[in-house]
Amino acid sequence: MSIAAPAIRLAEVGQVFGKDDGSAVTALARLSFDVGQHEFMAVLGPSGCGKSTLLRLIAGLVFPTSGQVEVYGLRVSEPRDDVGIVFQRPTLLPWFDVLGNVTFPLRHKYGRVDAKDRERAKTLLDLVGLAEFADKQIDELSGGMQQRVAIARALLLDPDILLMDEPFSALDALTRDEMSFELLRIWSERPKTVLFITHSIPEAVLLADRIVVMTPRPGAVREILDVPLARPRSLATLSDPAFTALANHIRSRLFTRHAA
Amino acid sequence: MRPSPKIRAVPTDAPPPVSATAEVTPRVEASAPVRPARPGRLVRLANRFAPTLTFIFVLAIWEVGCRLFQVPTFLLPPPSVIVRGAFEQSASIWAGHVWATVRVALMGYVVAIAISIPMAIALASSRALSRTLYPLIVVVHSMPIVAVAPIIVVTLGASDLPRVVITFLIAFFPIVVTTTTGLLATPEEMIELSRSLRAGRAREMLHIRLPFALPYIFSALKIATTLSVVGAVVAEFVAAERGLGYFIQFSTSFFKINQGFAALVILVTISLAFFQLISLVQRVFAPWSLPKSER
Repeated sequence: MSIAAPAIRLAEVGQVFGKDDGSAVTALARLSFDVGQHEFMAVLGPSGCGKSTLLRLIAGLVFPTSGQVEVYGLRVSEPRDDVGIVFQRPTLLPWFDVLGNVTFPLRHKYGRVDAKDRERAKTLLDLVGLAEFADKQIDELSGGMQQRVAIARALLLDPDILLMDEPFSALDALTRDEMSFELLRIWSERPKTVLFITHSIPEAVLLADRIVVMTPRPGAVREILDVPLARPRSLATLSDPAFTALANHIRSRLFTRHAA
Repeated sequence: MRPSPKIRAVPTDAPPPVSATAEVTPRVEASAPVRPARPGRLVRLANRFAPTLTFIFVLAIWEVGCRLFQVPTFLLPPPSVIVRGAFEQSASIWAGHVWATVRVALMGYVVAIAISIPMAIALASSRALSRTLYPLIVVVHSMPIVAVAPIIVVTLGASDLPRVVITFLIAFFPIVVTTTTGLLATPEEMIELSRSLRAGRAREMLHIRLPFALPYIFSALKIATTLSVVGAVVAEFVAAERGLGYFIQFSTSFFKINQGFAALVILVTISLAFFQLISLVQRVFAPWSLPKSER
């Protein structure tokens, strides 16, 4: 392990939202964990546990009520160029074609896109398996393809960190499995630090190096688990006894709490 | 049934429902209407010509009814007499009236767009502005335009100016309200995408909110076409020496009802053409903003 600061560090992070009626909701409470360089970290928890808030804190879109959020040792005070986001929905812009959506970050940030940028975007479309679709309109693509475009867009500025907010949760089960393997392939070709929010246990186990299991609201770390599965992972991984054991372990932990 | 007190307790600061804007239907995402199986050829032919046939049928009933019951033509002329009425005036006279009305309608329309869209951007950008400006807009819109028109004519004098102002007053409201709605309906994730790139509020408006609002804006622009023709005609009723509104008033005061009807037919044609023009602009320049079935 390197002695440098971790890619992402959350220290005692608390987040309280004031509601319109004057009451307050505690979304996160004393949440702490680190994500190492090029580590694939899954964050797993029930809905409403503040997973998405967690992602927005690291992205610099919201700021913690207490505690500290750091990226590469620096406190996050605004969105950074080296952090890419993939949202739950593809969030593509229908007024641009596929290529226009992938180059959008540059157009939006600097006001112009040149031929070199377009070439880079095409390389990324090739990476996500959509080389032939550059000039298609958004509504000509399936949900899975749209999310691939969103991944290509998130990679355009070549971020070191990729934040993914349940990116496959809106897809059907088959597409979802396919996208998981696609993501692993992309990640092996372009190593990044990935923070992957999900509420799917198998998805978390299949993808991640480590899994942060969160408690229901207010969200805090229940435990952090190592995933002892070799890479590269494939369909065979899904029937690996270690896969099943870990998935069962997490499931039982999540359910015993509810029973108690 | 008496309305329950709960229903009566509608918040008063909400804008009143407006029939003009009630027609605005934002684009539904991705769900194209389910088409039934391809119908037979006869049915398709009937579907295609149904509007024309209905139209011809109504005209025929009108013509036959007028002749059968011998309705005096100064009360209700049959279509044939209206057509004759159209030819009682020369083409150049018609052209003069048409141009006068179209000019005012177009100027009012353009002014309405030029003022309403920046106003919508301001309303959507600032809560304080929307609190102060919005009630004012609603009050202005609530004034019956026919009642205000004579006052405006007196205040602004006899020129195109009062007519353009009257047209503006009737056409601007749906554009402001609907555009503001569209700007504020932009999905939160799109805004977060913009913020994550630190592009600034101006680019957020230009690259994200405004394009997102385009389907709303085009709906409003279509509604405003008809309204701006209404505005021009109302203005001509009050003070004009030219224009189709003026012509209708003039011809009916001499009981030339058939000529009045002819002018009305021309007005309807202008409104329809205007509406179609905006639809065409949308289809050519922003086809994505139309539902898939209409592209």
